[in-house]
Amino acid sequence: MATVTSTETAAKPGIGPGWPKPPGKNGSNGNGHRRFGGDKKFPKDSYRITVWILMASIVMMFVALASSYIILSGDEKWQPVRMPRAFLVSTALILVSSVTMTMARRQLSLGQSGKYKAWLSLTLLLGIGFLASQFKGWQQLFAAGAFLAGNPHSSFYYLFTGAHGIHLLGGLSAVTYLAVRSGQVLTGLAREKRFAAIEAIALYWHFMDGLWVGLFLLLWLWK
Amino acid sequence: MAEAIHEVHRHPAPTGFIRKYIFSIDHKVIGIQYILLALTAVIVGLVMSVLMRMNLSWPGTNWPILGTLFPTGAPGGIMTPEFYLSLVTMHGTIMVFFVLTTAPQGGFGNYFLPIQIGADDMAFPYLNMMSFWVTFVGFIVLLTAILAEGNLTVGAWFSKLGESFAAGSGTVGPIGGWTGYAPLSALGKIAGPGQGAGVNLWIISIAIFCVGSLLGALNFITTLLNMRTRGMTLMRMPLTCWAWFTTAILALLSFPVLLGGGILLLLDRVAGTSFFIPGGLYVSGALVPQHTGGSPLLWQHLFWFFGHPEVYIAILPGMGATSHILSTFARKPVFGYRAMVFAIFAIGMLGFFVWGHHMFISGMSPYSAIAFSVLTLSIGVPSAIKTFNWLGTLWGARIRFTTPMLFAIGFVSLFVAGGITGLVLGQTSLDFFFHDTYFVTAHFHLVMGVASIFGMFAATYFWFPKMFGRMMNENLGKFHFWITFLGVYAIFVPFHAMGMVGMPRRYAQFGEYEFLKNTHGLVLFVTVAAIITAAVQLVFYFNFFWSMFKGKKAGDNPWEATTLEWGIPSPPPHDNFAGIIPEVHHGPYEFSVPGAAKDYIMQTDPEAAT
Repeated sequence: MATVTSTETAAKPGIGPGWPKPPGKNGSNGNGHRRFGGDKKFPKDSYRITVWILMASIVMMFVALASSYIILSGDEKWQPVRMPRAFLVSTALILVSSVTMTMARRQLSLGQSGKYKAWLSLTLLLGIGFLASQFKGWQQLFAAGAFLAGNPHSSFYYLFTGAHGIHLLGGLSAVTYLAVRSGQVLTGLAREKRFAAIEAIALYWHFMDGLWVGLFLLLWLWK
Repeated sequence: MAEAIHEVHRHPAPTGFIRKYIFSIDHKVIGIQYILLALTAVIVGLVMSVLMRMNLSWPGTNWPILGTLFPTGAPGGIMTPEFYLSLVTMHGTIMVFFVLTTAPQGGFGNYFLPIQIGADDMAFPYLNMMSFWVTFVGFIVLLTAILAEGNLTVGAWFSKLGESFAAGSGTVGPIGGWTGYAPLSALGKIAGPGQGAGVNLWIISIAIFCVGSLLGALNFITTLLNMRTRGMTLMRMPLTCWAWFTTAILALLSFPVLLGGGILLLLDRVAGTSFFIPGGLYVSGALVPQHTGGSPLLWQHLFWFFGHPEVYIAILPGMGATSHILSTFARKPVFGYRAMVFAIFAIGMLGFFVWGHHMFISGMSPYSAIAFSVLTLSIGVPSAIKTFNWLGTLWGARIRFTTPMLFAIGFVSLFVAGGITGLVLGQTSLDFFFHDTYFVTAHFHLVMGVASIFGMFAATYFWFPKMFGRMMNENLGKFHFWITFLGVYAIFVPFHAMGMVGMPRRYAQFGEYEFLKNTHGLVLFVTVAAIITAAVQLVFYFNFFWSMFKGKKAGDNPWEATTLEWGIPSPPPHDNFAGIIPEVHHGPYEFSVPGAAKDYIMQTDPEAAT
């Protein structure tokens, strides 16, 4: 019964001091969500579950596009395009941004809100840097004479980077929101919500990282 | 007490008209909005089908009104073949997306899923509002596609957007079928009439629709996983919830693929890419020089990977509603509840591995075709489980033949009648003959079209008292049922015969074909049946809107049903349970329990009631 009374759970240390105990299961299991257990109105698994579901659907779209890529790469008229250097830089940037995101979360769980803000801002900068580097990659593609219109391999460069970039923009705005609000001192429900949001946003951020690495390897190695 | 109510609910009751009825975040209002959208869209789709039938039966007839509305598409009031083809396209698109996907899932699912699991709203109310309005915009864009293609004035506005948006041909709406097969759909105006701005807008509309459905699916799944009330274990959920949940998973995993495909198709049209256009293609007597390296077959794979789950998205909610309603009016528990749950999930999951059966003659290795064929036929197993369990539910029951019950039984009948031909078409050797004939049209109209609609009629008559606090008229309902039931069989059974003769689908006229001369009487019969059946739907519309204001007052539980929505007032209060958190002690279908005081036990009844 103790699991439903949320005040108790929130007070218990989880990952670190001040970090709410991670829920053991996904969903309510039909035991009543915590909103019904006391004064809490927020079933805090919602964000995390939703991000997982969202990732499943994003994966499906990119799997569809990647399958198209693999099928068309078998065409006799397929003309491979050289990987622009900027995309190597972007890959490095986004990989590092995942590390800084993890650092931000760790600092927060240690109660270091100043360091949390710093790491979060660094993540944000790296994210913006990634997009800038992707744009640079487009310029390099242009310079090499590979355009969106034309042979599928060059089209796929723009398609993958563009589609990934749009999804990353969503993550970027979420991180911006966290960074802007990182100075707030929250209590109770609002605090619990914020922690849930951070967890979900970090998850999405890592996913964007992994997705790009996958696309990058596909474009680079599967010609 | 009033304060306590607001405290439990996450958003207070809205006060202004706009927040209450237009941009509402209440799942009940959003559900009704979806239903109204489907009720609007279905009229457009239905009028189109009647027009098609009339053209097939009386080709060359002068319809002055068409001549006035569409001077190019029907010059002098006589329908051109292009006009017919765009009717085929738009009828399919509107019906599949904006009727069969919106009403069952977005409409009834939105309204009743949260209530049936004991939640006060969806997990993300704002997201829910977004998904409806995004879908609505998709519908508007689709209607615009008709004008952009069919009306030269509107078409001229769009030509400013670029070459690929150049003014339409003046035929009514885009042409391409609801499947929009590449390469013709990817080439633009060079591919012929009806391939201009209208097709671009058609793709954009579907892409928008995909986004709306995805947002909805996210919400459905999270809500079901995370918002169930105390005691509502997975195996205590009504089968309707299982159906909506499975449908949401299908939508979540299949719509992104269509979205991806749609983006590729649009890029081919507007940005000069060659995803679906092979090199050295001759179209309309000319070489297409600027494209190279694409594959038209790829579009079919992407489309049908979505397309097959889509037919289950249309019908699974109907299955859920049917199970629910059959049990309620048979006054018996659903026969084999667990088997029903696993069967519905199995149908949904198998649906992802059978898309190839739409492409048997498109060019496919015979080995893959066999694999797709075997998987397709294996869907017959869970389908049969469901059918026999429905029959088992009815077996030996003292059935209450209300209108919703009649429609639910009609659903079972149509599902069997339409599903059985799936076993014919799923076999490669038979499909070679039947592909693209009226036999296929008969199959999918019966099973995914009409059966799903019957499920929704059943749901409407069943839940109307809960949604509006008034009963629909039973006599009108039964009249509606019998004419519709006989009517759809009168329309689609002859289709099988036409298909066996070899009548190809999507042809505007058959007069020139010697081998089809004998079918003319049948064609005429179908048309008359279609006109009558379509006209009877007016009775339904009248009943729907009249009963909303003038129907007999319904109590909280007019059907003596067991699930949570029947334990609250009709219509439900803003937060569904008026601040009282329901606690579930029973399964969803405890009817005629031996030794119980009543012949039904509500899910919220205390344990002692047994």
